[in-house]
Amino acid sequence: MVRIVSDQKTQSIDAKESAAATPRRDIRDLLVRYGFIAVTVVFFVFFFATESSFRLSTTLFSMLKFTAVVAIVGLGVTVTMAVGGLDLSVGATVGMSVTIAAMTMVIYAKTGWVAIIVVILGGVLVGALNAALIVLLKIPDLLATLATMFLVQGLKLVPVDGQSVSSGLILRDGSVAPGRFTPGFLIIDRGAVGPVPYPVIIFALLTIGTWFFLSHTKWGRVMYAIGSNPEAARLAGARVRLYKASAYMIAGVFASIGGLILASRIGQGDISAGNSLLLDAVAVSLVGTSVLGVNRPNAFGTALGAILMGILITGTTIKGSAYYAQDVVKGVVLLIALVFSFTLSRTKQRHVRAVPM
Amino acid sequence: MTTVIHMNDVTMSFGSNQVLRGVELDLHSGEVTGLLGANGAGKTTLIKILSGANSNYSGTVAIDGAAVTIDSPSTSRALGIEAVHQRISDGIVPGLSVAENLLFEGIVVSEVPRFASSRSLVPRAREVAAVLDLDWSDAFLRSDAHGLPIADRQLLLLARALVRKPRLLVLDEPTSALSEVEAVRLFGVIERLRDSGVAILYVSHRLGEIDDIADRLVVLRDGVVCGEHTPPFDWHQALQEMLGAAGAESHASTDEMRGSDEVLKLTGVKLLPKAQTFDVAFRAGEVAGVFGLLGSGLSELANGIFGSEPFRAGRMTLQGEPFAPRSPAESIGRHVFMVPEDRMAGTIIADWSISATATFPFLKAISRFGLLNPRAESAVGKSVVEDFGVVALSEDDPVVSLSGGNQQKVVIGRWLREQPLVMILDEPFQGIDVGARRDLCKRTREIAAAGAAVITMSSDLEEIMQVADRVLVFVDGDLRFDSYLSETSRDEILQRLSEVG
Repeated sequence: MVRIVSDQKTQSIDAKESAAATPRRDIRDLLVRYGFIAVTVVFFVFFFATESSFRLSTTLFSMLKFTAVVAIVGLGVTVTMAVGGLDLSVGATVGMSVTIAAMTMVIYAKTGWVAIIVVILGGVLVGALNAALIVLLKIPDLLATLATMFLVQGLKLVPVDGQSVSSGLILRDGSVAPGRFTPGFLIIDRGAVGPVPYPVIIFALLTIGTWFFLSHTKWGRVMYAIGSNPEAARLAGARVRLYKASAYMIAGVFASIGGLILASRIGQGDISAGNSLLLDAVAVSLVGTSVLGVNRPNAFGTALGAILMGILITGTTIKGSAYYAQDVVKGVVLLIALVFSFTLSRTKQRHVRAVPM
Repeated sequence: MTTVIHMNDVTMSFGSNQVLRGVELDLHSGEVTGLLGANGAGKTTLIKILSGANSNYSGTVAIDGAAVTIDSPSTSRALGIEAVHQRISDGIVPGLSVAENLLFEGIVVSEVPRFASSRSLVPRAREVAAVLDLDWSDAFLRSDAHGLPIADRQLLLLARALVRKPRLLVLDEPTSALSEVEAVRLFGVIERLRDSGVAILYVSHRLGEIDDIADRLVVLRDGVVCGEHTPPFDWHQALQEMLGAAGAESHASTDEMRGSDEVLKLTGVKLLPKAQTFDVAFRAGEVAGVFGLLGSGLSELANGIFGSEPFRAGRMTLQGEPFAPRSPAESIGRHVFMVPEDRMAGTIIADWSISATATFPFLKAISRFGLLNPRAESAVGKSVVEDFGVVALSEDDPVVSLSGGNQQKVVIGRWLREQPLVMILDEPFQGIDVGARRDLCKRTREIAAAGAAVITMSSDLEEIMQVADRVLVFVDGDLRFDSYLSETSRDEILQRLSEVG
């Protein structure tokens, strides 16, 4: 063991010394650290310079608004990645939230506030289910949340007979659904403070909050410890199970917040809503780990990853590319991020252990 | 008796670390050679050379007088060497049937048809099993090896090793997972093999077994053979050779500390499945050195007290109150702390700074309403570095950039931010150089002097002599001896350790 340690020591000294000696290594370090931010800026400037409509502030904010749902859901995934797991059920939770919001307002004719509370409770419930499967039944994170994903996707369709819920829906007894999406609820997506839409504000607040929680509180410190070396965390007195459970609850709540914004945006209980969100959210979290070369899940990285995706998708759309170009763009971005964190980075220890399972 | 294998001047290094320094060893057909050696003596390396896993050795290995080069496991096998390794589960492929596992080597080299149905393998597997008199039913042979009890796994691996009728059979701690009855059965098999002319190298920490089965005993220390014995074995002498001559000074004569307050009491504790229960009390203000060879239950004792792996049986009291921690968090709350045996796996979080590592167990001390205070964190890191004499440029350096000894100082020092009642150090000197060890010994004694009951586990008697006031000797999970060092001698300790049976 000593041998390994002393090797690492010499290695790190080597690195310091030779970094100055060989400019090539220097460039590599710079690339790992700032490469991703540079890529984001380059694309931004490119679209900004070439497309006049991209320059309009409404487009800029609508791009951020459009990004907000993925980013918020991704922040939840980031928290689960911090404890060394990964939540695959977030997309389904978003979908479930849309359906629940629609049911509460359209079928049960309740207010928007009630819908918000019920949706968030739903997110807590899914998080608790994941936590129970992982912590109590000891099912590996990926498998447990995969099962939850299918369960949630299927179960949300039961009370609505597999139909989308919109005002004027004919219920089972032949009557017409009494309620509708309340104007107050629709404000969530459509309202703004000055030029800044509400979803962008929520996105910014949650990013800062998550960053603060993970980097500046003792709970975040413990979460990173668990994600990095759970046995060391346990032997130092960390309540590993409790923290893991909390991480999945947080992911569930964040997904339900994303679902609220999405429901407000589409204004009906579309049963297919949220389906594509899972992979996007996981992708932006993964992209986030490579930002600034920190090589661990972090809130700003996730937000930046989501924004880059947003820039690219908005940009290519304005340029008139086909809809399927979006997937190509996402794939390329993820690939670039993975090259930064796996190929170029010299950090040996990686935090993204759950992923290659 | 013919010499099957002759090893001459076999040397092996890993980097700058020379593990074998010119081993000379003969293994004869029809003879069981017991190999004894402390941790790090080079036993595993030697076995790996024979089984072809380490091919970078220098020196010569001759089989039947002809020099050979063992450069891969398949060469080793072709030369008639079979090894059954200590980590039993590594050799079993779950998901395959017992029969397939028995014939595994044949399947790999395509001797056995690749697409044979598992049913058609059964007759061949039965033949293999018959070598060991394993009366395994066909249904058993067809079942998944995944659910195989550990003793049966051991037998399966042994049967598999015997398929090719080896000239040399290497057994590395073969009974560690077996019950008494199964071990007796294994010995029967070994004796039969020996009588049929196989050379057997039997590696074990269990002196009783070597005493029972071996025809010759070879002691390895620091990469050289430093003793050979014939029955009846002089265990006392053999242990002296294995553990080294009395070298390090014992401090016991000069500054022995004796505690009176029995802080932690263990009653009816059982460490290993076959072990007997024992009672023991640990006193505040002294260093108890728990000494035993590998597999004698030291880590079980440490983890049991700390609650990271509760005891099989037994009760504890801490300061007279019942104490039954089910997690480290609970015992830490009661001021019982532990530095685990495996520093890398058990304490180090790779990308963390010294400060972050040093503050981790007591984050409350550097946070307010959950909010971390970076200045307080640095201050604690700095004071651990200074108080414990950690050699580091800055407390912000990554903890992995430190040497082993300095890492160990950080992970011990971090617990002293609060006053421990009981401080457990499981093999604290492993992989640490002599200077750092002396320093750590001094600091360990200071922890006791400050009022803690310190418990230090070690399989190295020198370390115990150097650090402890009191010694507890464990053999196979049984408490054999408990005395203050000033009232005993190195000779007596070895005597107790060597009492066989």
